[in-house]
Amino acid sequence: MGSGRLYLAVAVGGFRRYATYRAATAAGVFTNTVFGVILVYTYLALWDEKPHLGGYDQAQAVTYVWLGQCLYATLAIQGGGAEKDLMERIRTGEIAVDLYRPADLQLWWLAGDVGRALFQMLGRGVIPFLFGALFFPMALPTELTLWAAFLVTLLLATVVSFAIRYLVALSVFWLMDGTGVNQALMITGIFFSGMVLPLNAFPGVLGDIVRVLPWAAQIQMPADVLMGETDPLRAYAFQAAWAVVLLAAGRLVQSAATRRVVVQGG
Amino acid sequence: MKPEPVMDPFIELDRVEKVFDVRKKTGFLKRERRQVRAVDSISFTVARGEMVGYIGPNGAGKSTTIKMLTGILTPSGGRLRVAGIDPSRERTRLAHRIGVVFGQRTTLWWDLPLIDSYKLMHRMYRIPDGRYRENLDRLVEHLDLGALLDVPVRQLSLGQRMRGDIAAALLHDPEVLYLDEPTIGLDVISKAKVREFLRELNTERATTVLLTTHDLQDIEQLCSRVMVIDHGRMMYDGPLAGLHEVGESERTLVVDLERELPPIEAGPARVVKVEGPRQWLAFPAAESAAVLVARIAAEYPLVDLSVREPDIEAVIAKMYAEQAERAERAVS
Repeated sequence: MGSGRLYLAVAVGGFRRYATYRAATAAGVFTNTVFGVILVYTYLALWDEKPHLGGYDQAQAVTYVWLGQCLYATLAIQGGGAEKDLMERIRTGEIAVDLYRPADLQLWWLAGDVGRALFQMLGRGVIPFLFGALFFPMALPTELTLWAAFLVTLLLATVVSFAIRYLVALSVFWLMDGTGVNQALMITGIFFSGMVLPLNAFPGVLGDIVRVLPWAAQIQMPADVLMGETDPLRAYAFQAAWAVVLLAAGRLVQSAATRRVVVQGG
Repeated sequence: MKPEPVMDPFIELDRVEKVFDVRKKTGFLKRERRQVRAVDSISFTVARGEMVGYIGPNGAGKSTTIKMLTGILTPSGGRLRVAGIDPSRERTRLAHRIGVVFGQRTTLWWDLPLIDSYKLMHRMYRIPDGRYRENLDRLVEHLDLGALLDVPVRQLSLGQRMRGDIAAALLHDPEVLYLDEPTIGLDVISKAKVREFLRELNTERATTVLLTTHDLQDIEQLCSRVMVIDHGRMMYDGPLAGLHEVGESERTLVVDLERELPPIEAGPARVVKVEGPRQWLAFPAAESAAVLVARIAAEYPLVDLSVREPDIEAVIAKMYAEQAERAERAVS
């Protein structure tokens, strides 16, 4: 029970940490709103040409856009979450301090990232979403159970997103610098999460592949659950499976990293 | 009163080694593997309640030793125990009993008020509420942190942050405290505060302290025992005073005579400088200054005198130079 309180405290700290940057949050809200408007008109033009692309009608496509804007920072689709701090700490050697602690490194960073995600959803994600709901026709459910299921998929999506970024961050133990992997993370995140286009709309084999990759757990799954396009239990299973696999991989890499690699600044 | 350190070997190292594999790029796609002995067969014990200085030049193996003592690095060979525990096998269990402070790194939460980091320590080390309050109050008072608790860590000065870090390392009553360069970059007043606090911690609470530093004043003011390492090897382990003998250092006697006189002739001492009636005499640090002074006073018209202690830095530099010379001779 004691460790539960520790990770709760870490999560609260993660939340408060991001809450201190008010100007950045305001700028983020603005950016996501503007981007949402641009994407909505692009999608509407596209769906005009190709109605029911990916099985969505126009209202669903619009909903998908605003959900994407809401979750962009929440799930750190382009990076910029806990992994950014972790990479920096590995690069500078500060990670040594973390290793002295009687705490689990992965859980520690996961807790901090969940706190961050919660803040970014409330502080940065909700406003663009409400803006979208106010000015554009959206396909939102009235059943509370769907909203509740949506929140569960969001939590699972956060864990999967963290697990991917944690693995990427650990690579800095060997690479000594995170610039390259960060860029790779950004591009793959944008593309495979379906920030550009819903994964449902990806054609042929490419579509079959992207829909089973872990990034599909991030925006596509919560969106489909919210709009009643998929069975929540199926979504949970998909997300939980990826979460377990990626977190386990993270633990393996973590133990190899801390055992074999010289901590910087010796 | 300082409790006598009982001969209970709290920290034990027996021929501990740490070898790193270093890959060096020697050409396109070509890598040469080389082994570096960061710590080469080091043995020592530290008793409970001791305060020991651990010094050596950059890259000597000090930090590697501390990383092994805390369990984040596994020794390549030898036996290592802290409080009877093998650190690398039971790192988490040991973590509850040790405190670590790095002068150049921080354990504090950068963007949040100082007190938030302490609340986190409270949870992390599962410190009982009463004891946490008691320790926090005591540390806040002794380290003068009262006004800083609500200040975000990033706004603290280096000296304030250092004191904040020391408090964070002590909230869970560790039996041993490892300090790596605790006074680096601090101004004179902050240095004095930190040293004063460490002295109290060691005398009143009998906390074992292992201090790594470049600042020899830290050692002079805090440690009765000093260990010197270089290239991963122990060069000296003993009382601070003994370091002078090993380094064959000299003290300087400055005498003021009534008038200008030819250089004084007095046994092991030799005159190194004459300026009017003032003369500088160098003599081995191990020799008694009193005997020398008595002799000079008996034979010369003495007006005033002072004795200058040798600079340990110079002593250690000399020790390294001699070691290097010996090594060179061994090669040629």
